[in-house]
Amino acid sequence: MATDFDVVVIGSGPGGYVAAIRASQLGMKAAIIEREDLGGVCLNWGCIPTKALLKSAEVFEKLGQLEEYGLTVTSPTFDFSKVMKRSRAVAQKLSSGVAFLMKKHKIEVLHGTASLEKADAAPKVVIDLKSGGVRTVMAKHVILASGARARVVPKAGMVPDGVRIWSYREALSAPKVPKTLIVIGSGAIGIEFASFFRALGAEVTVIEALPRILPLEDAEISAAAQKAFEKRGLRFVLGANVSNLTSSEAGVVVNLEKDNKKEILRAEQAIIAIGIEGNVENIGLEKLGVLIERGHVVTSSFGKTNVAGLYAIGDVAGPPWLAHKASHEGVHCVEYLAGKKLSGLTSPVPSCTYADPQVASVGISETQAKQRGYEVRIGRFPFRVNGKAIASGETTGFVKTVFDAKTGALLGAHMIGSEVTELIQGYALAMTLEATEDELFATIYPHPTLSEVMHEASLDAYGMAIHM
Amino acid sequence: MDILMPQLGETVTEGKVTNWYKSVGDSVSPGDNLFEIETDKTSMEVPTTVAGVISEIRVRAGATVPVGSVVAVLSAAKGAQSVSAAAVVAPLISAPVPNKALFDPLNPVRSPAKNFGSATLPNGIKSTPLARRLAAQNQIDLSQAQGSGPHGRIVAKDIEAILNSGDVQRRVSHEPRPLPIAPGTAAAHIKAIYSDVHFEESAIDGMRRTIAKRLTDAKQTIPHFYLSTDVVLDRVIALRGDLNRLDEKTPQKLSLNDFFIKAMAMALQRVPQANAVWAEESILRFARSDISVAVSVESGLFTPVIRAADSKSIGEIAKEMRSLIERARAKALKPVDYQGGSASISNLGMFGVSSFTAIINPPQAAILALGASERRPQEAADGSVYFANAMTATLSCDHRVIDGVLGAKLLAAFKNLLQAPLSLLV
Repeated sequence: MATDFDVVVIGSGPGGYVAAIRASQLGMKAAIIEREDLGGVCLNWGCIPTKALLKSAEVFEKLGQLEEYGLTVTSPTFDFSKVMKRSRAVAQKLSSGVAFLMKKHKIEVLHGTASLEKADAAPKVVIDLKSGGVRTVMAKHVILASGARARVVPKAGMVPDGVRIWSYREALSAPKVPKTLIVIGSGAIGIEFASFFRALGAEVTVIEALPRILPLEDAEISAAAQKAFEKRGLRFVLGANVSNLTSSEAGVVVNLEKDNKKEILRAEQAIIAIGIEGNVENIGLEKLGVLIERGHVVTSSFGKTNVAGLYAIGDVAGPPWLAHKASHEGVHCVEYLAGKKLSGLTSPVPSCTYADPQVASVGISETQAKQRGYEVRIGRFPFRVNGKAIASGETTGFVKTVFDAKTGALLGAHMIGSEVTELIQGYALAMTLEATEDELFATIYPHPTLSEVMHEASLDAYGMAIHM
Repeated sequence: MDILMPQLGETVTEGKVTNWYKSVGDSVSPGDNLFEIETDKTSMEVPTTVAGVISEIRVRAGATVPVGSVVAVLSAAKGAQSVSAAAVVAPLISAPVPNKALFDPLNPVRSPAKNFGSATLPNGIKSTPLARRLAAQNQIDLSQAQGSGPHGRIVAKDIEAILNSGDVQRRVSHEPRPLPIAPGTAAAHIKAIYSDVHFEESAIDGMRRTIAKRLTDAKQTIPHFYLSTDVVLDRVIALRGDLNRLDEKTPQKLSLNDFFIKAMAMALQRVPQANAVWAEESILRFARSDISVAVSVESGLFTPVIRAADSKSIGEIAKEMRSLIERARAKALKPVDYQGGSASISNLGMFGVSSFTAIINPPQAAILALGASERRPQEAADGSVYFANAMTATLSCDHRVIDGVLGAKLLAAFKNLLQAPLSLLV
């Protein structure tokens, strides 16, 4: 049967729209289906607006430190609605940008909700168009990039109600800064919101079930992050399980259990940031017999699902739930479909948390390395002795490197401090190119920059750090 | 603490331990010399930077190992604090650089301590640093790896594949490595340059490959210098004519080349110091003159050897040459036919070449290149001009064995023998 398109992509987030553009670049006729705004969660209700908010918070917090730089400002204030409006404007700008890119690459955009039906070579895509009516398209390949949403636990009352209990979505439309706020979950999303509202004056308590915050990061980073956040006035309750969350006119009540003791916390507002669930419902996946595990589509190499012609990428296909991972999977999948030869290189996925201080990491932690049987060499170097950091007044944090003692390969790099989310790419590049400590030593880092700390952290693993 | 083979010089990839100053069980203090190493460029002593006791010697004197290999192990000195488990690299000393190169940001980055060779193999294929490190640690020949990275790049995964397959054949042999050939562009890159031109691609067979390798090695390692002279051939032409007429019945005639071979052989007898070859650690001088004669056949170049050409008659030389040429054409030459030889002779006169410089065939130390016999003006005793048959002879010499004066004497002997050709018959 003739196909309307070579590739149809369901979802226009960073996974979907990037896959569509790549397909177009490779000469494939592509279409993309979006039921809300182009750019998906990342652009509209995730990565992008939160970074805009966090920038406002960062600048506002700096206003409180101007004396240090020889500057004065009298009674700094903020207009919360303007802060929020700005983040919406940024999201809007980028969403229009995606629309422009779709047009430029001649990708047909179909606004509506997609579902899949069984067909021979690849599933049939049925779209409930926003403009009315239904359209069915046939494609050689279907890429599911429907993304994910906030995980909820209705049994424990951890469901956003849009009033007192927010998920990231509602938090991004907050009407005002709550006086008191409880954030449940200390992953990147929870920490970023906690950091944001704290900067604007809220009293924030973060509850985490595991014994440390940012549990996916290296243990030393988690510890340093907690200390830095506490210095800013954030409170943490660790090793605590929320048994019940209720809300009323007055605020929220959190019933938690910690060390076998029950505790009750109250606040004006609560944010649930306890993980992600893939958007696998109402697409017809069950009827097709698509393998789904714990809320995510099971994929093998190149995003292949167990159904012929159907591929899944990004958040819907599982962790890490990161936009750049989705984009990378999108490109990888499409290049495979186009028959392109593999580059033969693998690249680790960096992780970033844009709180204050920032956290960034790539590769494995020291504990993970030892668990895998590596003999490790560890390097550490603080920002507080770095020239640029001191000159800028941004001396919090440090960099930690994890090397394979046997081969000198860099297994992981972990950073906390100013601008580390921008710096981490250096280590990611080194790992992709299979650098050993020799190349990291031999690379010349410009002075004065924060990046010199990266150099010293590598040298320190071999006892060769200069500025300590 | 591991003591590693240091790298003496930027391009050095291995070193030979020539002497151990300490034995297992000896206590050493910082600054004590542990062992002596030699590379193709220089030799030096390697001291220890820490105190300790030699607990293991892994590389004995006389062995050659790659740079960065563990040569010995030092343990904590009795009563002293434990030495950290870090491997310490013996100090790097680079060979003296006569002309300091200007800093070029595009120079390939060379990491100082454990280089394990250049990122680019002689065939142009690149490898990642980790792949090189793994290959060196496991004594795997990088050129045996199948690169799965971009542009055929060898990545760590490829070395791991070899390790897992237990393929012993890919291990590096410990024969002295041939000197590094300058990295050339990959075959694919070259073919890409000519992608819009029609070409026929022929594989490189064993003979061509061997010729390529030997001559490249020769040109790169032998310090060649060249001496030329013109040899007036009138008298030898006349002698040849006479000798050929004397034996009219035989169809086999003497060729001028046979005289040249005899002349070279006898010249080497007259200048016996030049009758020698370079044997790496010494120079071998011969009593008799074995002359390798360059013979060109369709499939390539051979240099069959006329043994003891100095004591053979020109007739015998002629007969032997005919037989060798026939066998060369029939590809029936055995190694015993073309191995060895004191010096070589090559004649391109029949193609009209007036002069040329030939490449010495190692381990020989000289090759004589003969051009075409041409009518050239000569000045007579009375100042008048007459034409004579003259040939330019160019002698290539290996300066390690034959210096300028010696080469000149050899060439002069060759010339004089031919210009007074009756001496060839004695």
